[in-house]
Amino acid sequence: MAELEYPFTEEKVRALRVGEMVRVHGLVFTGRDRLHRFLAEGGTCPVDFHDGAIYHCCPVMVRREGNWMVRAAGPTTSVRQEPYMAQIIAEHKVRLIIGKGGMGEPTRKACREHGCAYVQTVGGAASLLASRIQRVLGQHYLREFGSADALWMLRVEGMEGVVTMDAAGKSLYRKVALASKRRMKELLQ
Amino acid sequence: MRQDFWEKNLLELVRRTSTDLPGDVELGLRQAWKKERRGSLASWVLSEILESVELSRRNSEPICQDTGTLLFYFRVPVGFDTNAIVARTRSAISKATRQGYLRQNTLDAVSGAPFETNVAPGSPVFHFQQGARKTVDVRLIMKGGGCENVGQQYSLPDARLDAGRDLEGVRRCVLDAALEAQGKGCAPGVLGVCIGGDRATGMEHSKEQFLRRLRDKSPVLSLDRLERRTFRDAQRLEIGPMGLGGRTTLLGVKIGMLSRLPASYFVSVAYMCWAYRRRGAVLGPEGGLHRWIY
Repeated sequence: MAELEYPFTEEKVRALRVGEMVRVHGLVFTGRDRLHRFLAEGGTCPVDFHDGAIYHCCPVMVRREGNWMVRAAGPTTSVRQEPYMAQIIAEHKVRLIIGKGGMGEPTRKACREHGCAYVQTVGGAASLLASRIQRVLGQHYLREFGSADALWMLRVEGMEGVVTMDAAGKSLYRKVALASKRRMKELLQ
Repeated sequence: MRQDFWEKNLLELVRRTSTDLPGDVELGLRQAWKKERRGSLASWVLSEILESVELSRRNSEPICQDTGTLLFYFRVPVGFDTNAIVARTRSAISKATRQGYLRQNTLDAVSGAPFETNVAPGSPVFHFQQGARKTVDVRLIMKGGGCENVGQQYSLPDARLDAGRDLEGVRRCVLDAALEAQGKGCAPGVLGVCIGGDRATGMEHSKEQFLRRLRDKSPVLSLDRLERRTFRDAQRLEIGPMGLGGRTTLLGVKIGMLSRLPASYFVSVAYMCWAYRRRGAVLGPEGGLHRWIY
């Protein structure tokens, strides 16, 4: 199991291989549909994503005594951000994308070119993933985008995932999909 | 009707459905975990799921942050005031959202603005039937967007699948739906299938299959056989939990039937994720709780 701590340098990320389990620690940003579109369309953000991780997640947050508490924080389907991801990786030097279901060709190529990897966490394991969040450090765009699409800054400890797209250009989803298509042919004989 | 009883028990139904995975589903996941190879990714995914499910139940937290479409199924006595029950249910949903059992998950499809209480045109979804009993049977299914996105509806004959208007054609559709979904519906899920109906009733009836218990059998022999066969076949695709490869691609296949027009032959396939949130209650006409279902 590779232990990855923020900042996630290019060297560390390029050493990761598809199928490898990782544990992530430190600062992680959440972002979803509206944030990705905003960044890709040239929106300026007060946050520095360099050597950072973006977690595709829309957490359920409640306010308790002036603090934000995370009630649920599972990943959302990443491929919806595909139109914007490659550009964001290139411009902001994001090193880890954490989500579910993987991403498309342009992102795979951008990962290879710029040194970025995709980490799959378990979809629906919202309680477990919430328990790995130590603190909510703050947020941006809560009012503009709503709580679903806000940029949350989280400090995580021991967030587990598996590398499914690496900086060498490999993708586990492609491998599984191709194998399943071959087996489908046999089932339709 | 005691409004306070109704609201209390409907709110509790929502809380249970959101935070407490039904026993039959958890058992299915546990059995799947035992079948996977130790140290494999599939084994890791299932153990994370089981750990998270336990945590959600203990902490009374949503199992999944996508609290999904809220599908209510009521069976009420003749003469029962269904307008009143709709009002009580909407109120319970609103409370459940404020208390964090439901995410703010309902958007205006035109403007994008959220409906803050999850009460909106089309939310929650109500189904009503009348029954002979004096009690009310209410069931709630919460179905997330990720799995909803990988549902399919086929019109047979289908040239791409070489599927004709027979059970072999249905089998091809069901396997195709599982193949296309890969892990995107948060596998291992359950397929709900309806043979027949029109496009609307077919899709509805495919989702009604999720009211069935996971280990039940279809009373129709040919459908029972087809359920078992397609379930076995889908496992052979080895798509695995979350689409990362493995021995468990689905937890079950449930197939129902509606009549069809001679001109049409639809096969509707709904995909329910592993977070198969389905609970129910039998309530008295005043709203008092008799027992929980599932």
